[in-house]
Amino acid sequence: MRGLIEEDYTTQEGEFVINIGPQHPSTHGVLHLKVWLNGETIIKVQPHLGYIHRSIEKMSESLSYRNFIFATSRMDYLAAHINNEACALAVEKGLQIEAPPRARVVRTILAELTRLSSHQLWWASTGLDLGAVTPFFYAFREREAILDIMDETCGARLTQNFLVPGGLMADIHPNFQKRTKEVLKQIKENFKEYDELLTENVIFQNRTKNVGILNKQDALSFGVTGPTARASGLSCDIRKWAPYSAYSMVEFDEILDEGCDSYSRYMVRMKEMRQSVNIIEQLIDNIPEGDFQEKTKNVIKLPKGDFYQRVETPRGELGVYIVSDGASSPYRIKYRSPNFSNLSVLPELAKGCKIGDLVAIMSTIDLVIPDIDR
Amino acid sequence: MNRIFLYSFTEMALYIHKLLENAITNTVLLQITELAIIGVTLLISLVILCFFLGWMERRVAAFMEIRLGPNRVGPQGTLQIVADTVKLLFKEGLTPNKSDKFLFNLAPFIVVTASMLAIAPLAFAKNFSIYDINIGVLYVSSVSSLSVLGILMAGWSSYNKYSLLGAMRSGAQIVSYELSVGLSLIAIVVLSGNVSLGEIINSQQNGWWIFKGHIPAIIAFVIFIIASTAEINRAPFDLAEADQELTGGYNTEYSGMKFAMFLLAEYINLFIVSAMAATLFLGGWMPFHIGDWESFNKIMDYIPSSIWFMGKTFIIIFIIMWFRWTFPRLRIDQLLNLEWKYLLPISMVNIIIVTLIAIMGWHF
Repeated sequence: MRGLIEEDYTTQEGEFVINIGPQHPSTHGVLHLKVWLNGETIIKVQPHLGYIHRSIEKMSESLSYRNFIFATSRMDYLAAHINNEACALAVEKGLQIEAPPRARVVRTILAELTRLSSHQLWWASTGLDLGAVTPFFYAFREREAILDIMDETCGARLTQNFLVPGGLMADIHPNFQKRTKEVLKQIKENFKEYDELLTENVIFQNRTKNVGILNKQDALSFGVTGPTARASGLSCDIRKWAPYSAYSMVEFDEILDEGCDSYSRYMVRMKEMRQSVNIIEQLIDNIPEGDFQEKTKNVIKLPKGDFYQRVETPRGELGVYIVSDGASSPYRIKYRSPNFSNLSVLPELAKGCKIGDLVAIMSTIDLVIPDIDR
Repeated sequence: MNRIFLYSFTEMALYIHKLLENAITNTVLLQITELAIIGVTLLISLVILCFFLGWMERRVAAFMEIRLGPNRVGPQGTLQIVADTVKLLFKEGLTPNKSDKFLFNLAPFIVVTASMLAIAPLAFAKNFSIYDINIGVLYVSSVSSLSVLGILMAGWSSYNKYSLLGAMRSGAQIVSYELSVGLSLIAIVVLSGNVSLGEIINSQQNGWWIFKGHIPAIIAFVIFIIASTAEINRAPFDLAEADQELTGGYNTEYSGMKFAMFLLAEYINLFIVSAMAATLFLGGWMPFHIGDWESFNKIMDYIPSSIWFMGKTFIIIFIIMWFRWTFPRLRIDQLLNLEWKYLLPISMVNIIIVTLIAIMGWHF
C-alpha cells in the first residue's frame, strides 16, 4: 500500500492540493482522493478511506451463519448476489455439503445476470464520467429489465439475499426462464448501440487509449484482479482457475487483453458482457429438476477450523475467510475485497496524468466504495 | 394596413416609429423612448428565447436518451423552465465567505451583458436589425470574446480551486478558439468584400456562401461550428464546467439567480453563434433560391424572411445540441491540440485558397 501511507510529500513551488471527494460526482460514492496538482498535471494521488465503514466483518461475528450472509449484500452492492454466493459456498465448505444441482445452476445464472447488470452500470457511469450523458440511459434500459427478473424471483432488485447455506431460499419464479430469454435477446441486439455510442467514438478512444498504463508486473504485485488485471494480460478468472457452482458445466472464454490501458480495460468488460450472455444461454434451458435446497440443521455450527472460498465478482476476486471455534457464529471473518486491492494501484496509474485522465482511470478500474471500506 | 404588414418586422417598426413621432414632438425624448422600448423588447424576447432553448434542449436530450423529458407543466412541458426560474428566484444567492465579493457578484452580469451586446447587428428579418453597424463582423467577434473576462472573474473571485481550474481552462480555450472563429469569419468577409452583416446578407441574394464559395466555404463553415461550440463552452468542449472533473468549474459556488445568469448567457451565446453561422454561411433571412427556376424562387419568396432566419438558426442550434448529447468530453491537452495543430493550420490554408478564389472571381 505504497500510495496509502506516504504522507511526507511537501508541496513544491507552483503546486497545490485539491481534495476530490468525499462528495464528488465521479468518485461514485464517498471516496476521498487527495490530489497534488501542478496546473492540470497530477503529481501524486492519495486515497483516504473510511467514510462508509460499517464494520461488516466485526458485525458478522455476532450473527449466525444464516444471517451473516445478508450483511455482505451491502459490501459490493452491485454484485450482492455474488457476495452472498461466496459466503454460502464458504459455509457449505465448512459443513461439507454441496448445494443440489438445481440450486447450483440457478446460482450461476443469477450470478451472471448480476455481472451483466453490474457491467451495464459500469458502462453507463464510464460514459457519464467522460462527459457523455446519453449512454447512461441506454444501459439502464436493459439493467432495469434484469433487475425486474431479480425482483420476481428473489423478491428484491438490488440486495437479492436469495441464498442460504445449502442452496436457494426458494424455488425460481415460473416466469424466470421465459423472461430471462427475452431480456438476453434484447441485450444482444443492443450491444450494437453500445458500440456506436461509445466504443467507436473517436473522442472516447482518444480519452482512454494509452491512459493509465498498468503493466502485468504491477498488476501482480498490487494484487489487482478481475477485468482490470485481465486487461494487463494477467489470467486470473476464478471461474476458470477454481470453478465453483456450475461454471465447470459451461464453456466460456476468459477475456484477456495485452493493451494495459484504460481502453483495454473497457474492451475486456464489453467482451465479458457477451461471455455472460453466452454462459446464461447455455444454462437457461438446462436447469435440472429436483430440490433447490440441501437440508441443514436449524442452528448451523461449523466444525473448528478455518475455511476459505473465493469467487469472481464483476470487479475481481472476492475471498471469504471464516475462522470457526465450533460455535453458532463465526469467531472471525475476513473478506478479501477486490476493490481495495484495485484502488491501491490508482496512485501509480494516475501519476503524471491530467485531471480528466484521473476520472477515466477511476471509472475503468470500476470502484465500488462500500466494498473498499466494508 | 396591407398584407405586407403582417409579414414584415420592418413595416411594424416603422409603424410604431410613426405613432411615436406623432405623440412625442421632442426629438431627444423620442430617441430615449425608442431606445427604452427596444431595450425592454429585446430583454423580454431574449428571456423568452432562452426559455424556449432551455425547453428545446431538454426535449432534444430526452429524445436522444430514450425518455420523455418535461411534459407536465404547461402544454408539452413548455412552462417547466418558467417554474424552474421561479424556483431559482426564491433561492438564496450565497456568496462564499472569503470570496472577492465585488467581483463575485459582478461576474454573472459581465457574462450576460457581453453576450447580449453581440445581438445588436444581427438581422432577424429582411432589413430588420437593432443596429446594423458597418463593421458588424468585427463587432460581434470582439464583443463575444468579452465573456471570458466574466468567466475568469467568476473563477478567480470564488475562492475555490475547482472554480479557478475551470476558469483557467476556459481562458485557454476561448482565447485559442477565437482564432479559428475569426479566420472562418474572415473567409466570408474576403468572399463578400464586406464587414457589415447587412451587406454580407445582401451579397448572398443569388446563392448562399456555403454553395457559392466552393469547398473552402464548407470547410470554413465546419470549422466555425466546431470552434464556436468550443468558444461558448458547450459539450464536447465544456471543460470549463466539466461536472465530472471540476464539479461545475467556474460556477461551482454560484446559486440562485446568479447561477441562472450563467445559464441565460450560455443560451444567448448558443443563439448568437448559430445566428452568425446562419447569417454568414446560409444567407441569413435570404430565401433559398435555385438559379433561374422562376416559379420555385417565387414560392420560396412567399415564406417570410423572419421564418427563414429562425429556421436556419434553429437547425444549427439542433446540430450543436445533437453533439452535446452524443459525444464525450475532450481532455484539456487534446482540446488545445485540436485547435493549434489541426483547426488553425487548416483555417490558414483555407483563407489563402479563399483569397485566391475571391481575387480570381472563381466563386459564383
